[in-house]
Amino acid sequence: MKTPMHMSMGAEAIAVGICQALESGDQVFGTYRSHALFLAKTEDTDDFFAEMYGKQTAFLKGKGGSMHLCSPDYGFMGTSAIVASMIPVAVGCAFANKRANNSRIAVVFFGDGAVEEGIFWESLNLACLMKLPVLFVCEDNGLAVHTPKSQRRGYNSITDVVSNFNCLVYQEKTTDAEAIYQLTCRAIEQIKTRPMPCFLQLKYLRYLEHVGVNQDFDAGYRSKDEFKQWLKVDPIELQRRKLKDLGWEKDEIAKLETDIDAKINSSVARAKEACFSGISELYKGVSA
Amino acid sequence: MRKITYCQALNEAMTQEMERDPAVFVYGIGVPDHKRAFGTTNGLVERFGTERCFDTPLSEDAMTGFGLGAAINGARPIHVHMRMDFMLLAMNQLANMVSCYRYMSGGKLKVPLVIRAIIGRGWGQAFQHSKSMFSTFAHIPGLKVVMPTTPVDAKGLLIAAIRDDNPVIFIEHRWLYYATDEVPEGDYSVPIGQPNVLLDGSDVTIVATSWMNVEALRAAETMKKRHGVSVEVVDARSAAPLEDDIIVDSVNKTGHCIIADNDWLHCGLSAEIAARIAEKCFGKLKSPVNRLGFAFTHCPCTRPLENLFYPNATDIIRAIEAKLHLEETDLSGENFYAYENKFKGPF
Repeated sequence: MKTPMHMSMGAEAIAVGICQALESGDQVFGTYRSHALFLAKTEDTDDFFAEMYGKQTAFLKGKGGSMHLCSPDYGFMGTSAIVASMIPVAVGCAFANKRANNSRIAVVFFGDGAVEEGIFWESLNLACLMKLPVLFVCEDNGLAVHTPKSQRRGYNSITDVVSNFNCLVYQEKTTDAEAIYQLTCRAIEQIKTRPMPCFLQLKYLRYLEHVGVNQDFDAGYRSKDEFKQWLKVDPIELQRRKLKDLGWEKDEIAKLETDIDAKINSSVARAKEACFSGISELYKGVSA
Repeated sequence: MRKITYCQALNEAMTQEMERDPAVFVYGIGVPDHKRAFGTTNGLVERFGTERCFDTPLSEDAMTGFGLGAAINGARPIHVHMRMDFMLLAMNQLANMVSCYRYMSGGKLKVPLVIRAIIGRGWGQAFQHSKSMFSTFAHIPGLKVVMPTTPVDAKGLLIAAIRDDNPVIFIEHRWLYYATDEVPEGDYSVPIGQPNVLLDGSDVTIVATSWMNVEALRAAETMKKRHGVSVEVVDARSAAPLEDDIIVDSVNKTGHCIIADNDWLHCGLSAEIAARIAEKCFGKLKSPVNRLGFAFTHCPCTRPLENLFYPNATDIIRAIEAKLHLEETDLSGENFYAYENKFKGPF
């Protein structure tokens, strides 16, 4: 795989909890860090790994890679590698939904760094002004690349600032997908009934470095102790415990995970075997 | 046939398309205000309501992304910028998002977005209200860039742009708003990408863009009268795509070419056209290709300086005379600013 990977580990509960609350027609927009979101929305591991390997069997034929996942048939409308740049696109998409009166909502994911971009505020203002059915999801890991929020913010709380807009605001610090699912269901109901947009601030810890698979604990900007605290409530481990509490046997849980592993392994194997795209793809898709 | 202005032609194109297709809407800063985007949006809010003709916050970048989002979701938005220069605030959305969204979706999503950008000159606009930027946008794959000169093209190209499933940047010169001509009342479209011969000639080709076509036609008239020289004027009409057959045919016929661009020359559309002529007309050229455009400086405010900044009909006449080794004719009695006399400002 040769594509810059911005890993989602640590953020799984956000992607899963929110996507579980969506109807199939709802549309999501992501960022360069959207592996978890893509898998939660599409569950299409074949397409995901084919694109990671850059093969012609992928929907994007290897033209997008890790940072540009897209699968409109699943309502996964695209991701951008330019921070905050997808936010107004989701707002425009919501405008078209409102005009069509189709009760769909547009959900846009972004990191806390995106809040520092002017276009976030432009888009938030617009969505509030037009009362559009948009769910803004701020996945707050406190880091923009390697820069902590203390070096980026001239204010204390994002939610305090956003609360001054005509917008619903919720914040949560949990790694429990079920809690995020319930929160999202409430938010969506409000978006539809009020109607007005909603801003969700969901805190999580980015397990790995900005891009790549290292942990960066020796780089000076993040601590291993903090990671250990979050690991105690790791989103995957948490769900294992909850299944156990619901009466699932250890073997049943292991079987569930083995099945998932098998699905992934088979997708990886297929992706490895597939061919790269050739010249016929180079110019395809630029213009209609 | 009835005659209407370029401004009315734009208005008619939008009115007819909004009538025909409910997916079309128009928005932008000041679009429904009392000035109605210099008159081009007259009657739209009354006829189609505020849902399809609306004002926006001063957020050019987000409003561009907004248009993109609506376009990929079934709408056909028209975004209006009162100045090209303001659109530069949206460069990220244009270059990083709008241009490549279709590509990013594996060709699945269409981006039928029209962005109208007004350019102009005169009235002391100075350097942040006077850019043309044709080549800046034409440089990026996925963006179409057109700049109609005549009322017929204004209507036909705007209809084509609205019906196009790709993003089209539609560039209108403010002085052309008063140009009046016979324009068909029904709907018709002019194909995007093809130049158009505005005046047939045999001795020298002027390839011009936007307002410079007006200057070129005045120059051609004078050349005929004073020197008996037959000038062919070819309106490039489109910067991207640019099908060059008509330009190549004209230059192959005349053997002489001057490109009069309503823009800076350096790395501009004129350079692209000159390169195509060099590639495709090399053996037929009787003289080097010459170019006229903005002085390579910032546009000054005051009129005496501005006159030095912009090329005009006189410059074109002198360039043709030099090219054909003719004596300079006396132009002291000529007035080449007929259109500007109609323009009472402010821009």
